[in-house]
Amino acid sequence: MTEVTMTVNGKLMRGEVEGRTLLVSFLRDQLGLTGTHVGCDTSQCGACVVHVDGKAVKSCTMLALEADGAEVATIEGQADADGSLNVIQQAFQDHHGLQCGFCTPGMVMSAAALLKENPKPTEDEIRHYLEGNICRCTGYHNIVKAILAASGQEAAAIAAE
Amino acid sequence: MPKDHGIGASPKRREDLRFLTGSGRYTDDINLRGQAYVHFLRSDMAHGKINGINTRMAEEMPGVIRIFTGADFEGIGGLPCGWQVTDKHGQPMQEPGHPVLAQGKVRHVGDPIAAVVAESREQARDAAEAIEVDIEELPAVIDMKAALEDGAALVHDDLTSNLCYDWGFVEENKAAVEEAFQKAAHVTTLELVNNRLIANPMEPRVAVGDYDRADDESTLYTTSQNPHVIRLLMGAFVLGIPEHKLRVVAPDVGGGFGTKIFHYAEEAFCTFAAKQINRPVKWTASRSEAFISDAHGRDHVTKIQLALDADNNFTALRTDTYANMGAYLSTFAPSVPTWLHGTLMAGNYKTPLVYVNVKAVFTNTVPVDAYRGAGRPEATFQLERVIDKAALELGVDPIALRRQNFITEFPYATPVAVEYDTGDYHATMDKLEEIADLKGFAARRAESETRGRLRGLGINCYIEACGIAPSNLVGQLGARAGLYESATVRVNATGGLVVMTGSHSHGQGHETSFPQVIAEMIGIDESMVEIVHGDTSKVPMGMGTYGSRSLAVGGSAMVRATEKIIKKAKKIAAHLMEASEADIELKDGQFSVAGTDKSVAWGDVTLAAYVPHNYPLDEIEPGLEETAFYDPANFTYPSGAYACEVEVDPATGKVTIERFSAADDFGNIINPMIVTGQVHGGIGQGIGQALLEGAVYDENGQLLSASYMDYAMPRASDVPFYTVDHSCQTPCTHNPLGVKGCGEAGAIGSPPAVVNAVVDALRSAGKDITHIDMPLSPARVWAAMNG
Amino acid sequence: MYEFEFVKPTTLADAIAALGAEEAQALGGGQTLIPTMKQRLAAPAVLVSLTGIEEMKGVSIGDGIITIGGATPHAVVAEAVAGAYPALAALAGNIGDPAVRNRGTIGGSLANNDPSACYPAAALASGATVVTSNREIAADDYFQGMFTTALEDGEIVTAVRFPVPEVASYRKFEQPASRFALVGVFVAKYPEGVRVAVTGASEEGVFRWTEAEAALSVEFSPDALEGLNVSPEGMIGDLHGTAEYRAHLVKVMTKRAVAACIG
Repeated sequence: MTEVTMTVNGKLMRGEVEGRTLLVSFLRDQLGLTGTHVGCDTSQCGACVVHVDGKAVKSCTMLALEADGAEVATIEGQADADGSLNVIQQAFQDHHGLQCGFCTPGMVMSAAALLKENPKPTEDEIRHYLEGNICRCTGYHNIVKAILAASGQEAAAIAAE
Repeated sequence: MPKDHGIGASPKRREDLRFLTGSGRYTDDINLRGQAYVHFLRSDMAHGKINGINTRMAEEMPGVIRIFTGADFEGIGGLPCGWQVTDKHGQPMQEPGHPVLAQGKVRHVGDPIAAVVAESREQARDAAEAIEVDIEELPAVIDMKAALEDGAALVHDDLTSNLCYDWGFVEENKAAVEEAFQKAAHVTTLELVNNRLIANPMEPRVAVGDYDRADDESTLYTTSQNPHVIRLLMGAFVLGIPEHKLRVVAPDVGGGFGTKIFHYAEEAFCTFAAKQINRPVKWTASRSEAFISDAHGRDHVTKIQLALDADNNFTALRTDTYANMGAYLSTFAPSVPTWLHGTLMAGNYKTPLVYVNVKAVFTNTVPVDAYRGAGRPEATFQLERVIDKAALELGVDPIALRRQNFITEFPYATPVAVEYDTGDYHATMDKLEEIADLKGFAARRAESETRGRLRGLGINCYIEACGIAPSNLVGQLGARAGLYESATVRVNATGGLVVMTGSHSHGQGHETSFPQVIAEMIGIDESMVEIVHGDTSKVPMGMGTYGSRSLAVGGSAMVRATEKIIKKAKKIAAHLMEASEADIELKDGQFSVAGTDKSVAWGDVTLAAYVPHNYPLDEIEPGLEETAFYDPANFTYPSGAYACEVEVDPATGKVTIERFSAADDFGNIINPMIVTGQVHGGIGQGIGQALLEGAVYDENGQLLSASYMDYAMPRASDVPFYTVDHSCQTPCTHNPLGVKGCGEAGAIGSPPAVVNAVVDALRSAGKDITHIDMPLSPARVWAAMNG
Repeated sequence: MYEFEFVKPTTLADAIAALGAEEAQALGGGQTLIPTMKQRLAAPAVLVSLTGIEEMKGVSIGDGIITIGGATPHAVVAEAVAGAYPALAALAGNIGDPAVRNRGTIGGSLANNDPSACYPAAALASGATVVTSNREIAADDYFQGMFTTALEDGEIVTAVRFPVPEVASYRKFEQPASRFALVGVFVAKYPEGVRVAVTGASEEGVFRWTEAEAALSVEFSPDALEGLNVSPEGMIGDLHGTAEYRAHLVKVMTKRAVAACIG
């Protein structure tokens, strides 16, 4: 076992892990941050997306030890300080961008990464950016619409009801 | 103005707050003190005889607590099948056993052979690799028709063949159908495959078994759409635990789509093993494991024929289907190709004679059961494809051909044993023509052609039967369960309500939409109503959520219970106001006496029920809690018309969906936002089936599409924004809300539209193509074009 | 995964030393290796992470040569070479998905040499030089078949040097499930001639379509390919497409890449 230290959602966290411990396992099993989900084992579904040093990564395809010393952001740290939803989360609720909620944390984290890189993405850019986030419930319509809305664009003008 | 509360409003979903902040509680988020982990050693062979299992080495591995094999389950029941189909000769289907862990033979890749319980997941898996299994490989039967040939290897040695049943429906119509075909002016024949699918809810299945020795109580936390059904099946048929000693909890569930209806071996195992080792036992499926252990869906091979008279009226329909059951009968598998499929073969059309034959076949593949739509997509696909082909052959407009044959008078008794209560198929088609801008298609096609793309338009109709269903009817059809729903409405002293419903929400938003109904009935704020579901210790009974039944059946139970509440509350109000009960009116949360200005508030009445100082104790009991069981009088029949426009890249065969429009009739609508979302999701899955998804076995029974590397899930870039309308509303005539159900429509109605559109596109380039089997992958489309 | 010892050296020298251990394996971004290990299809005793070696990261551009450190993630490449080598940037920016691009590295991709990966096509079509911990290997010598390269045990791809072409384009036709290349064609035009590299299609991994190169070197237009055909022999056939289909796509994608070049 090796000690690992990382800043998760602004708080310094420590733990003992094996070499094979995945970042997602460390977050879920040791830190109890169960908002980050595991939906596949081939690095495709994106339910496990978190930010490491500001970049979206698949926490099921990264060793916990690789995140030693890093800044990690998960869905649990996304709401504003007073507990209210951030702009992206609020847009997902407003536009019914989630159903079962399982892919949602990864979607929100990917959307946050997208809007950081590209504050006003087009519909096509959003769809392309979500290549690595699979949703089985929504048919993506309302997810794309929510991200457009979160970017301050008039979703209704682009996406019919 | 759209309403801002109650029935017909679209309040934001309250469950979203926890899902958006990472505070959802899914089964894998549950960790019990002292829990052990199980890893299942699964067969990598499709068919084999187990000569021996040596666990000695594995037992010595670090962290191993106990290893179980089939021998540990010899005295224990197998996984039961919940539906018995009777064949066309009046004989019951062949029903093989389904052991929790393989006994004697393995019958599909993924069949569990042994289970290692250890201190950690990785230790369990490490030890599973050390188990020595001596298996003699047997010939695998994969192809359904080959499985029925003489001399085919038997999946189950104790059965006489691989035929589960040969079902004829309606057998009495068979001769008349034959005669109609003899007299037909035109017969259109189409052979097709309804591709095998894997439901793939994003949350893989999880089970956590727990046992309390002091109380002799077992608890199972599981990813289920119907915890009470699991309690009944597992308790009564597998483990022999009475309901009062068994609690099943299905907390937040990350999507179901049918595949989480069924009772699975892993659930029984974890519950059983927890008692054996007196520690909680947890299993979390990996996605790879889900591919070979979740029940698959569809997998029909069909020949359909449509007979028309000289005026293009449909005169008869017959269809022969081979339906794959896989290696064992999953919980509701036999019902899917029969009662959920044959009864829908009339579709939206007044075809007077229909005959459906289905041969259900055992193969060395994962069991096949219901997947979103279950039987109805299979019916719709073949019917709507054969109609399009008939239109092509006759040179008539496919919409006109459909319209000419629409059922227009309701109620309508079909020749396949169901009675449609209501509908208006011309209205949804009219709406579709408008929202899909069919008039503009020619210009769009011309524009596509300037870019070297072929554009096609496909339309289709659908009807489905939802809200399954009258218990006495399904009992006659072979269901081994009632299909009612229950609800308990508990009103607290200060006026808030808790509704315990047997419906289960795993994405459908019941926590938001159900309170809209109750709030409207009483005239209070929705925030005063809380929904409880998914726990057998909290909800009296439930048949669960599938078949688009939650609102139509579960919602109706909730309405009935609330009606009882209101009735009692009016008695109390009458007493408080010294008026006659008959004169009491309830509006906006106020009870008033008709014709007077006397009133008492909802909260005053509820408080009186629990503080009965001034209360008619001689007439009624204190308290305000009512339970209702609702058993529907009929199915509901949502219907609609869908249109798809595709572009095909002729050089590569790649199909892109350019437009998709859906006009549905769901009857009354409680929450339009949620209904729209359900349709979107269904269309997404339907497009997935049509273009992308397919579970493929090789001839040895190895699943080739065994991960997302080879099973193509729809991504955001594969679909467009959809145009969805549900303003055509013919309310259901037999449930109190007039609702029909919307969960499966999108998945049922969309595949034929996509395929019809692709065929249309290819024909626009002069290709004489009438059908391509799904999924319409680029390779298949290209091959068809260059065949 | 099987248990292993994890080491994360900060210098190339330490990494080379660590890789000298019995059953040691280098870990780049892990976007292929970690899923493989999760399936228990790889079982290194020691996993040597290369992500902490600063000297292996980053992109430098000069003298018509782009040098990319072996541990540079795809997303960094996509951004860094957008001006200097747009086709390479587009390729890097379209591998996998954004999260994969933030971890996956060029060195890892080239060392693995997946027959459907994108980078091998760019390296081969560009006549790139693969710089390793021991030597420099020309791309033409480096790729030796599916998942096979000239790398020896313990040898690390430290950098890749790409000569910048006059014009280039990569066209990927995606496998519907994995979104890897069912067929990907990289066309690069240099003063000395045109190079065409094909990924995804062949059972031998990435390859150069020399007939197309010859024809395009004479006339750089899609029409120049009209008379050519790719033999299906040796092409991959699987549930996503037959050998014939892949062979056909090679030509289609090549034409489209050329068309994009001459825009």
